[in-house]
Amino acid sequence: MKSLKAFTVAAVLAVAASPAYAGPTFDAVKAKGFVQCGVNLGLYGFSAPDDKGNWSGLDVDACRAVAAAMFGDSTKVKYSPLSAQQRLPALQSGEIDLLARNTTWTLSRDTANGLNFTVVNYYDGQGFMVPTKLGVKSAKELNGATVCVLPGTTTEQNLADWFRANKLTYKPVVIEKNEELAAAFIAGRCDVYTSDASQLAAIRANEMPNPADYVILPELISKEPLGVAVRHGDDQWMDVVRWSIYAMIAAEEKGVTMGNVDQMAASSPDPEVKRLLGVTAGNGKALGLDEAWAKAIIKQVGNYGESFERNVGQGSKLKIARGQNALYSHGGLMYSPPFK
Amino acid sequence: MSGMGKSAKPASVRALLYSARFRGVLYQVLVVGGVVALGWYLVHNTLANLAARGIATGLGFLGQESGFDIGEGMIPYSAADTYARALLVGVLNTLKVAVLGIILASLIGLTVGVARLSRNWLIARLATLYVEGVRNVPLLLQLFVWYGIVTALPVPRQAIDVGLGVFLSNRGLKLPAPVWHESYWPAMVVLALAFVGLFVLRRWAVDRMNRTGHPFPWLSTGLAAMVLLPLLTLTVTGAPVEWSVPELRGFNFQGGVDLSPEFAALLAGLSVYTASFIAEIVRSGILAVPHGQTEAALSLGLSRAKTLRLVVLPQALRVIVPPLTSQYLNLLKNSSLAVAIGYPDLVSVANTAINQTGQAVEGVALTMAVYLVVSLALSLLMNWYNSKVALVTR
Repeated sequence: MKSLKAFTVAAVLAVAASPAYAGPTFDAVKAKGFVQCGVNLGLYGFSAPDDKGNWSGLDVDACRAVAAAMFGDSTKVKYSPLSAQQRLPALQSGEIDLLARNTTWTLSRDTANGLNFTVVNYYDGQGFMVPTKLGVKSAKELNGATVCVLPGTTTEQNLADWFRANKLTYKPVVIEKNEELAAAFIAGRCDVYTSDASQLAAIRANEMPNPADYVILPELISKEPLGVAVRHGDDQWMDVVRWSIYAMIAAEEKGVTMGNVDQMAASSPDPEVKRLLGVTAGNGKALGLDEAWAKAIIKQVGNYGESFERNVGQGSKLKIARGQNALYSHGGLMYSPPFK
Repeated sequence: MSGMGKSAKPASVRALLYSARFRGVLYQVLVVGGVVALGWYLVHNTLANLAARGIATGLGFLGQESGFDIGEGMIPYSAADTYARALLVGVLNTLKVAVLGIILASLIGLTVGVARLSRNWLIARLATLYVEGVRNVPLLLQLFVWYGIVTALPVPRQAIDVGLGVFLSNRGLKLPAPVWHESYWPAMVVLALAFVGLFVLRRWAVDRMNRTGHPFPWLSTGLAAMVLLPLLTLTVTGAPVEWSVPELRGFNFQGGVDLSPEFAALLAGLSVYTASFIAEIVRSGILAVPHGQTEAALSLGLSRAKTLRLVVLPQALRVIVPPLTSQYLNLLKNSSLAVAIGYPDLVSVANTAINQTGQAVEGVALTMAVYLVVSLALSLLMNWYNSKVALVTR
């Protein structure tokens, strides 16, 4: 089944390798009045619709930020829910304007697949989840464990590499369907469940009978930088997307929040805050946007920290710690270039 | 035919076109040519597209390090081994479950098929219930049920202690196993000889029976020899017998041999499902033997069991074997549903290899080739057996 999918994707890629779209994306988006954003079919915390059909999540916030920058209105977004197989062709063919769908930034996607990654909005990595009652504190204690793992991409290989590098042994149980694998783990067939840490948190929050019975170990064994991507061919559009997300990170660095953005704009003496919020003109013109573009983002979507806590952090069911996604000044990797 | 030779005149060309024989050959040439051309086009097109996209082709990846682990296998394997060895582990796992599945399904199928014809009302109804219940539910769902049952067993730390070092938990059945020792070889040779001896004994017993009418219990004698002679050899050679007993250490039991839950669930699912079809085949085969044969055998003083074994079943086999072959082939191919419950069969291993190398065309082609070869071999074997049991017309 999987191989058949691989064939299909290869075929679609072949057809879509040379996209024919009319004019730069920036102008097209401006003209149609909304942003067409490719998101996940439903990954809690990143992009998922609620029972009224309103989308929310960390990736959805990236879409909303771009809409706020372009139109001063974060609701001017139309969402295209995409499967893993559909996402690249959808962007390549011009069906969507940007892709914010927990997509790992890799060299081949950034080049051969005709994409440009703008900013990493979530640093993920493959992790381990174990039942709390095992008393395991570190993945190094997992010698001889049985590990539940989904086949596909590089998950199995990362797992084997890590155990070999640490001279530990394990037994894999490889099941193709997510639900079946989770059921086997809950039944105790495996000691450990491995997947991307964010997905572990989502599975723990949504599929485990009692989330507190499971703990995600601190070690991450692979790099999965999830980025927001646009297609090759429109540098202005790429700049807008990139700086929309940087604006959220810069706002957190400067302590600008949804609540205090108006007050900061009115009274902050910091020249960088003044440039960020458009009090000192120039940045908006350079991007081809209204000078209040970043202010609109922060007012309507919030800064990166607010978005993180609301969607995947302490304000959500997932309760993911900031970790690598904290600001660089707090030991994380989130860092915005200067707004000059 | 005679008109085809003289072809100098236009009239004979027309004659040629109207010749039924010539047209028959022409159509066949066209069809074969069309098939070959289509095949060539597909292969050429695939290769050209793969090359255009810079995707690696060829079987070179088989020699590379696989870099992934496999849960269980019949040969030693680690992530440092090659893709070729990983696939071999998968092939052997597929063969293991298929061979055991075929044996089990045949035994259950034979029993249930005979039971459906039983004069005992309860047994016959139970057999009917089994057949109709099992064969009308998709195999995939049955596998999920079996896997659910197996994983619902207690965790290793609360394993059911069956005694004698046998433990049952949701990590599978753990059994003690004798540790292999070099001096076991003579006993192994004796075991093999005893196995061959069984067939020699059978031939002699049948021959004597035909000549003198005196039966000889060749089966029980032969089996007893197969057990006792190797044991005797072990005692004589004085080989040390050391047992590896499962012991709870860390996360799981270490030592002994184990039957994994995935294997158990797949074996049970495949056997029980296929047996329901085999039961019907057996029943139809038995019903195809005229009742007069049974009556004749009984009137000669044969017991019911002997009537079934010596008179009815040998004749029924003629009807049973051809459809039985199809069921065996189905079981072999259905074993690929293992992916759903995590048994590392050929398809499961090949899937991972394809995901890692991106060489889907080669991976799928290899998988197909393996199934084809194994299926053809099985079908060849069954056809040979079929010709052996077929009615010999004199």
